[in-house]
Amino acid sequence: MDQKRLLVLTSLLCLGVVTNAQAALRVFACEPEWGALATELTGGKAVVYTATTAQQDVHHIQARPSLIAQARRADLVVCTGAELEVGWLPLVLRRAGNPRIQVGTRGFLAATDYVTLLEKPQRIDRADGDVHAAGNPHIQLDPRNIQRVAAALGQRLGEIDAGNGEFYRQRLEDFTRRWQAAIQRWQRQAAPLRGMPVVVYHRGWTYLNHWLGLKQLAELEPLPGVAPTSSHLAGILETLKTRPAKAIIRAPYQDPRPVQWLHGHTGIAALELPFTVGGNAQADDLFGLFDSTLQLLLGVAR
Amino acid sequence: MMKRILSAAACACLCAPGTTLAAGDDLNALRTQIEALKRTYETQIKALESRLEKAESQAEENRAALREAATETSPPPAVQARRNAFNPALSLILQGSANSYSQDPDAYALGGFQLGDEAGLAPRGMTLDESEMTLSANVDQVFYAQSTFALHDDAAGSEIAVEEAYVDPLALPAGVGARFGRFYSAVGYLNQMHSHAWDFHDEPLAYRAFLGRQYGDDGVRVTWTAPTDLYLMLGGETLAGKSFPAGEAQSVKGDVQTLFVKLGGDIGLSGAWQGGLSLLSAAVHDRQAAPSPNGSVSLFSGDSDLYIADFVYKWAPGGNPDQRNLKLQTELFYRRENGAVEVAQAAAPAMMDYKGAQAGGYAQAIYQFVPHWRVGLRYDRLWADNRLRVSDTGGFATAADVLAQSGLDDQGHQPHRWSLMFDWSPSEFSRLRAQYNRDASRPGPSDNQWMLQYIMTVGSHGAHLF
Repeated sequence: MDQKRLLVLTSLLCLGVVTNAQAALRVFACEPEWGALATELTGGKAVVYTATTAQQDVHHIQARPSLIAQARRADLVVCTGAELEVGWLPLVLRRAGNPRIQVGTRGFLAATDYVTLLEKPQRIDRADGDVHAAGNPHIQLDPRNIQRVAAALGQRLGEIDAGNGEFYRQRLEDFTRRWQAAIQRWQRQAAPLRGMPVVVYHRGWTYLNHWLGLKQLAELEPLPGVAPTSSHLAGILETLKTRPAKAIIRAPYQDPRPVQWLHGHTGIAALELPFTVGGNAQADDLFGLFDSTLQLLLGVAR
Repeated sequence: MMKRILSAAACACLCAPGTTLAAGDDLNALRTQIEALKRTYETQIKALESRLEKAESQAEENRAALREAATETSPPPAVQARRNAFNPALSLILQGSANSYSQDPDAYALGGFQLGDEAGLAPRGMTLDESEMTLSANVDQVFYAQSTFALHDDAAGSEIAVEEAYVDPLALPAGVGARFGRFYSAVGYLNQMHSHAWDFHDEPLAYRAFLGRQYGDDGVRVTWTAPTDLYLMLGGETLAGKSFPAGEAQSVKGDVQTLFVKLGGDIGLSGAWQGGLSLLSAAVHDRQAAPSPNGSVSLFSGDSDLYIADFVYKWAPGGNPDQRNLKLQTELFYRRENGAVEVAQAAAPAMMDYKGAQAGGYAQAIYQFVPHWRVGLRYDRLWADNRLRVSDTGGFATAADVLAQSGLDDQGHQPHRWSLMFDWSPSEFSRLRAQYNRDASRPGPSDNQWMLQYIMTVGSHGAHLF
């Protein structure tokens, strides 16, 4: 009996080694923006799996069996880092049985390692809500950050899949050319947004504000990660009476009701911005994400 | 340079046939022609070369510009400078409860089952439940280590127990995983989870009956995860056999062996599931059951095989559990035991042949209806079909006395229980819970059990199993 068990286990192990040997480069992206970036830079030379959607709150994902199964076969994991995925990614990586993608290896890339983080807290205390010790991790809405991560990712792809190194270098150059042109265009378009006052749901728009010069008056969450309360909303309502905003911004995964309530009481536009790739129909890639974001913001700027 | 050599060679080829027509004027004309040819080639080559150089420097400039755009503001990864930055992640879990029972909790029993030491009811009134301290870190590039120390009170006073202390190799290839040290066995679904992650204050009756609340032991685990989209994990463990459902460890290779397979996947964007089958096979030596209400102690020796089927389904609209989510969970148990039971009260022990076939299970549903608030419902049931034959009554008056004291006679009663739970979690780190059980573990009137519980987590942010 024991020998039979051993035989079955050994043959399964061999199967594992064999099936592992073939197959194209596999990229596991924690968030849609990094999935989209990996797709741009690998141009069909890799299978890109995106672990979350724009309709999900990346703070609160569970280490589902399907994620472990994907991480098991990945050659490269691209995530935001800065503790954004702390509630699930460490477990997925540890359970995957895949030494190629552990933190610290070439197969793991944290985007926030290549970007200067804003809002680094002065005080680390859970009484302040869901704060991230390294700084605000929602870096994807400043296109200059995307460029920085693209450079790191392009180089990493070349290291992992050296055979296609030249191809990835060309893809990066091509992407950079198009991206720099797009940034120029967006910055021209966004000129009227400078100084525009806005209210946001969660502290997820800091880098967009920083890039475009939007002025954030308030957050609907009383503390980061804590759902809006009626007393906090009433306080914001008072603030808005004296200092009106142009828009109340939320991401697709956030509860629309507090936003609608505030909209009903103030008449300020309730704006659902895509937040990441896939957040609306137009935001189907990184270029669409920024096109759509700017278009929606410009729609309420006048 | 290469091109110049090539063109020179081409000239040489052109010249070669010319020499055979050597004659006065023709020769001179040929010479001037060749000179002219040479000059035109040379100017053309020069033009080509300068174009090439220009293109090269242009490309270099472009690359430099892109490199600059790509790297200008990339800071180096942050460096931790403090000397204690290598301290392991530390988290502390504080739990306490207040419990009320309509029947005597000290006379608790499960008809037809011998309970392990840890299994039973929480004390009546206000009490500190287990306080847990977990430390974890990568040891180096090869190992990860984690340990959980539990502090709790028993009759003798406060006690520190090493609940888990294990090492996971990090560098095993091809989906192979391993663990060694002390850990909770991977059989079933709930067994691996610490009590603070359970959805009810108490364990299912089946865990109380078959696993002594929760089975953890010293040993080795090996698992393998298949390279497929469907999650498929196979594994096995060999464990010392020092705790319930085993007795006293005797063999070097371990008295308990387990085998398990787990499958899992997504159903659309909103659903995720996991199912498993497990076998726990124990060679039991002198397994002590918790003292019966009358103070008699039983020891079982023999074989024990436990089969578990588990299934969990989680649903959240669009895969976003923040607003609403649902968790359905069930586990079914079947156990066969064969051996001898020794029942001792004061004087000479009685002996009994015991052949048991027992089953049990639970099903539960937890629903978060608005952020931070959940309700839950659970149903438990157990069946025992034990064949008992008293071979020596020892110090007991009759065979019936021995049966009654052993706890293995179900007295025609099937233990069952309904539980209703309501909890509030202002953040991921705190939870307050109220629970009501209508418990018919024992024959006779049902026990109305009320519980209030708190669970507080401080320190590093842990990641929870699915």
